[in-house]
Amino acid sequence: MNGLVREMRGAYAFVERNVNLIKRYWGWEVVWLIYSLVNSLAVTYIGAGMERISGQALDTEYLITYLLVGTLIWQYLSVIFYAISEMIAWERWEGTIEYTFMAPVSRPTHLVGTTLFAIAYGIVRTLVILAVVALFFRLNLGGANLIGAVLMLLAGSVSFVGLGILAAVLPLLYPERGAQMTNAAAAILLLISGVYYPVETLPRWLQAVAQASPATYVIEAMRDCLLRGRPTVELLPTVGALIAAGIGVIAVGLAVFRVVERYAKRAGRLKRSG
Amino acid sequence: MTMHALEFEQVRKVFTRKDKSGKRRPLRRAKQEQVVALEEISLNVERGQVFGVLGPNGSGKSTLIRLVSTLLLPDSGAIRVFGHDVEKDPFAVKRLINRVSVDAAFFKKFSPLENLMYAARLYGLPQRSAQATMRAIMTRLGLKESTFSQPMEHMSRGMQQKVAVARGFLTAPVLLLLDEPTTGLDPHSKRDVQAFVREIRETHDATVLLTTHDMEEADRLCDRIAILDEGKVAALDVPDGLKALVPSSNGDRPSLEDVFIALTGHTFEEKEKPE
Repeated sequence: MNGLVREMRGAYAFVERNVNLIKRYWGWEVVWLIYSLVNSLAVTYIGAGMERISGQALDTEYLITYLLVGTLIWQYLSVIFYAISEMIAWERWEGTIEYTFMAPVSRPTHLVGTTLFAIAYGIVRTLVILAVVALFFRLNLGGANLIGAVLMLLAGSVSFVGLGILAAVLPLLYPERGAQMTNAAAAILLLISGVYYPVETLPRWLQAVAQASPATYVIEAMRDCLLRGRPTVELLPTVGALIAAGIGVIAVGLAVFRVVERYAKRAGRLKRSG
Repeated sequence: MTMHALEFEQVRKVFTRKDKSGKRRPLRRAKQEQVVALEEISLNVERGQVFGVLGPNGSGKSTLIRLVSTLLLPDSGAIRVFGHDVEKDPFAVKRLINRVSVDAAFFKKFSPLENLMYAARLYGLPQRSAQATMRAIMTRLGLKESTFSQPMEHMSRGMQQKVAVARGFLTAPVLLLLDEPTTGLDPHSKRDVQAFVREIRETHDATVLLTTHDMEEADRLCDRIAILDEGKVAALDVPDGLKALVPSSNGDRPSLEDVFIALTGHTFEEKEKPE
């Protein structure tokens, strides 16, 4: 019991610390939110302008919702991915990496705390963007299955936690370039996961790669829920597969992290400056 | 068999670094060079002692501390903290230790209270008692109540280091690792930190491993001192025992600096090299 309470306090340390970081770096937070918001609006306006671009009559409302779903889901999943993958990069940047790593907190507890914060932060941020975007476009979600959409989003989060853990090892392995490598990993996921276009648009070999991205399934199922009102019961196999795959990726991520942390300790790469 | 607070048994640590001396050809991997940080170190620290490790920059002091902190793994040999092996049982070791390093590593935009609360939670301390302890230690170290909530980046180096010392003592470690805790501090802050270490030694059942290149500090605070030179223990004894190794000149008692010169053939400044 004492051990559990200690681990819970340890996990909460990371939640509270990240909330404090947001408070102290609120200026950055505002800039980042504006960037994400403008990005979402710009992508959604492509849908609004498609009739003019193509010179043909199109279902503009459908296109707007199609792109909006993609951009919002991506905003949410990428927040989770970055919050977890940057947990090492932040510590190194602030100079606290050695202190955190010598504290009696297990790495799973470290990740639980970071993940709880990431999910809460991702939800709040995505809702703020959705609220503002709704002022610009008339969104028709009358026939949407909102419960199914939330279920899909949570199931998709699990896989992105695992991917975030895998990406978090990069700054441990490469102190100087690791953080940039996580950006490249996120960009590849964006390209292949059908965020703004159907996966079938991609070349065949990239379509094959897209099958490995959990975001592909989440975004496709979310569109089914929100655009076509697909019932929750039909989503359950996908939800189950996503959760199972997510647990697998998390297990692999933790194992890889353990090996890389040991290597970093052997090679002396846990230094604050890198 | 007596259990030591800290044991080093033939500990060796070598780092591999890129060789920056020669010209590097494009697209070719840089040559690697091996730097021996610690060479077969064996020493014991008894419970309740302040054990000093004296040596210039680059002598292996920080490597020694980081190995005990579980931030580095030895290439060979073993390190035990109250019988727990740092490599095989790092969690047990982590619960027994804390560290104050030469660079006060904090979230600079956080206040001392926010930084210390983060540390308290990492070590599983209850919020209420931790808050009372952190305020008491900071006040004892001479920090004003008004500074407790201001961002660390607005504090002087001396004040930041005092917060680092408070963080080190907050968890009541039985082995405290002090890695040059007074380097770069003004004389007043230095005295405050040294007085606090002496007080802790007298009032708490804590063992202290102190690395420093301040000879006077080592002489004043330490029960036993190891002189480290190029990763090897050049001498190990009580301060007076070390001084007895060197004959007095002109009737003056030798200082620890005289001992260092006599044992290594160099002055401290000559031996300084970047770590």
